[in-house]
Parts: sequence; C-alpha cells; structure tokens
Amino acid sequence: MARTLITVPRTARRDEIIEIRALVQHSMETGYRRSSEGDLLPRDLIRRFTCRFVPRVAANSSATSTAGDLIFAATFHAAIAANPYLSFNLRATTSGTLVFSWEGDNGLAQTETVSLLVA
Amino acid sequence: MKRRSFLASSAGLVASVIVRPVAAIEQSTVLTALVKEYAAGAVVREGRVKFDIARLVDNGNSVPVEVTVDSPMTPQQHVVGITLFNEKNPQNDVAQFSLSHLSGRARVATRIRLATTQQLVAVAKMNDGSCWTHTVEVLVTVSSCIEE
Amino acid sequence: MQPSTQALQKDDTQNPAMLWVKAGEALWNKPEGAAAKSCASCHGEIGRMKSVATRYPAYSSTQAKVINLSQQVNLCRVTQQQVSQWPAEHESLLGLEAAIAKESRGLPISPPTQSQLADAQTRGEALFNQRIGQVDLSCRDCHETLAGRKLGGNVIPQGHATGYPIYRLEWQSVGSLQRRLRGCMTAVRAEPYAHGASELIDLEAYLAKRAAGMKLETPGVRP
Repeated sequence: MARTLITVPRTARRDEIIEIRALVQHSMETGYRRSSEGDLLPRDLIRRFTCRFVPRVAANSSATSTAGDLIFAATFHAAIAANPYLSFNLRATTSGTLVFSWEGDNGLAQTETVSLLVA
Repeated sequence: MKRRSFLASSAGLVASVIVRPVAAIEQSTVLTALVKEYAAGAVVREGRVKFDIARLVDNGNSVPVEVTVDSPMTPQQHVVGITLFNEKNPQNDVAQFSLSHLSGRARVATRIRLATTQQLVAVAKMNDGSCWTHTVEVLVTVSSCIEE
Repeated sequence: MQPSTQALQKDDTQNPAMLWVKAGEALWNKPEGAAAKSCASCHGEIGRMKSVATRYPAYSSTQAKVINLSQQVNLCRVTQQQVSQWPAEHESLLGLEAAIAKESRGLPISPPTQSQLADAQTRGEALFNQRIGQVDLSCRDCHETLAGRKLGGNVIPQGHATGYPIYRLEWQSVGSLQRRLRGCMTAVRAEPYAHGASELIDLEAYLAKRAAGMKLETPGVRP
C-alpha cells in the first residue's frame, strides 16, 4: 500500500477557504525508461486522484448521501513527478469527512479519510 | 569614447533591458494545436491564467508548478478544469484537473517532469465554456551529477 | 540549489522525504524478530533519539570499529530484535534512519572524541584528498577548490553531508550518504567501494568532522 501524507487544517471557520495538500509515495514509472540491462521498465502510474467531501449527517437526519461531493479530481500522465504532490482548495461550509482516492496501474486503489471540523 | 559617456550609455543599456515590457512568448505550433483540440471549438484567449514555474530548472525530474485563475468561483461563475500540456516530453499531456465552485479558489499546485527546455501551457476552462491560457518557457539545465 | 528545491526541504508538508520519515516512525514502534521487540521497547519514544544522529559515525566498542547510524540500526536488529539485517538502501532502513535523524534536526553535528574515530577521520581525510578514477579528481578538487563554481547547470556544493538520508530529485527517492559517495566515484570513473566498506565509513567520519558544528537538516532535499 502506498504511503500518503495529507495536510488539512483540523478546524476551519465557516466559509473559510482552506488549502489541502496530498503527497503519495509512488515511483510514477513512465514506461519510457530502460533498466541497466536495457529492458524497457513497464509503465506503473497513478492515473487518477479524487477528493470528495462527505458532510457529517446529523443523527436525526434522513439524508443518506455517503458518496459526497467531488471537490477536486486530477488525471495524471507520465509527466507527473514521482511521489505525486497536489495542493488545492476547498471552501469549508460544514463539518464532515474528506475522502482521498488514488487509482492507477497494476490495480492500485487506495483511499484515505480525514475529518474536518467547521466551527 | 570617454569613460564617463561609456558608463552613462552602458547604464542606459542595462536600464532599457530591465524596463522592456515582457512580451507574450510566441506559442509553439504543437501547443497551439493541443489547446485547440482541448477547447473543442470554444474561444481560446490569453489571460486570466497565471502559470507559476521557475524559468530555470535544476533538475527536470521534479519541477514545482502552480496555476491560479482569475475567477470568483461562485456557482454562477467558476473554473471547471485546468489542463497542462508540454511541448517536448515523450507525451504532451501533463495533467488534467477538475474544479468546481466548491473549491473556493481557482488554484492547483503539483510537481512535474520536464525532459528538456521547452514551452508549457496551462489552459483553464470556465463553466461558460470559454478557455483561457498562459504559455511559459522553461530552461532545463543539464544536471551534472547523474547516476548510471 | 534553486529556491524551489530549498522550499521543498523547508516545508514538511511538501517534502517528499517525509513519506519515508513517516514510514520510519511507524517502524520504530513495530515489534520485530524472535525477540518481538520494537525500537521503542528499549529506547522509548522516538523523541528520545534527539541528538543521537549528530554523533554518528562513532566507534562501537562491541564491534571494535567505527560504524554509521544505519549500521547501528542493523546491529540492533540482529542483537536485540533477533531479526535479519536490512540490505543497504532498503526502504525501511532509510526510513528508520531518516526518522531517527529528524529528531536531531537543527542540532549541531557533533562527532564524539574517540581515538578510534580520530583514526577513521584521518584515513577519511586522506581518501578525500586522493585523486581517483579515469577523470583523476579528488573530492577536494570539486568540493573545496571548485566549490561554488558550476558543473553543467548545477552549483558545485561544498560537500557538507548535513541532510542525509536525503531525497534527491535525481534519484526520485530517498538515499543514503554512501549511495551519494558511490555516485560521485562512478562519476569520476573510479570503481566505487562496496556499500558498508570501511573506506566509505572513514569518508563519512571525515565528512562529519568537516561539517562539525553545522546544523543537521535531515530529511534534506537536493537536486
């Protein structure tokens, strides 16, 4: 499993625009490089990143949304540096959970969650 | 030429270089074609996008970039996508980013690979379909102490 | 080094080496081997490693030789945890070494006063000044005589090993000082010493003496 480093402020004021940073450990092998023996190194890329926000549902609410809203997505190609880093923003409106997902070659699929408290 | 007048004229030369307005660079035909295809018929204009990248790069393996777009990011008016293309890597695609009014700020930062000195373009697509660009030129120096 | 590379090192939320440090911090608390001990079982929390990395390489009386920090980690694995050593440049070894060294970030490099270490430093200095390879260059030729000048697009650094293990953009990963030294040797077309060779330890010992008083900045980022 790829190691990740996600930076999100623990708390935010309502309507504050926060910065989110996400680092993931991955070689981003382009498929163009050769080994010292001359063999082509097979492509191994993270292809897609998404960040969703799932608002915290009050206990007495009948809302059932668990997928949340897509707040940011990225499609990567070989020109994204190894150990991909992303920084983007979110307007904090309510407390909830940020769901980060990375998908890629060789069946890579990883999800991490971070909670956000909006006061 | 007298020393004094030489100094005066050379000082003037330096000043004229510094104050010369930065002209927009002429976009390579490769990038123009990529942007046109991405825009899919929408009007493409230069401006509103700021593509922040070092002009001179230490090592093309990891080059920090930041793209910001002048947009209020409201439900009525916002950026829906930011796309980066390069001119001379083996593949012209760098990345595509999707944003929405939930982003609050039209901004993304990442790190990219550059095979050599070349142009890059950032294209922002607005929710009204219009596209805006900023083209930059980056000098990638030969890294001295490579392994292998 | 460009400002953008410096910025990567200064900000832990952007520094890719922090992925390795995070892995190392998890390993610190993970029981391993027949003894089912973690590093923390003997040493307590990793914060107690503060200043330890500033003192390596150092003479080990049990080994009767000078060893570096990664060799000390491997020694603990064999003697305390009763598990096999990690090979040179193993991800876990680099991670644990980086996590331990990060606890000394900002502290001056302080080689201990030991006669055996002094001998290693002397041997290391001789190696530093020795011209090697088909290109016929010593460490000193580039990193003292020509430091600050340019080689290709890069400024030649003074060769102070203050940030190891480092994330090198060229490697696109974290690597040890020995990997870097071996890279230099290959670059001047000399046969590099094997990982763990006493010559490399001697060079490391001299570099630590040469950088004494400078602040440790692990995990560093370099082009």
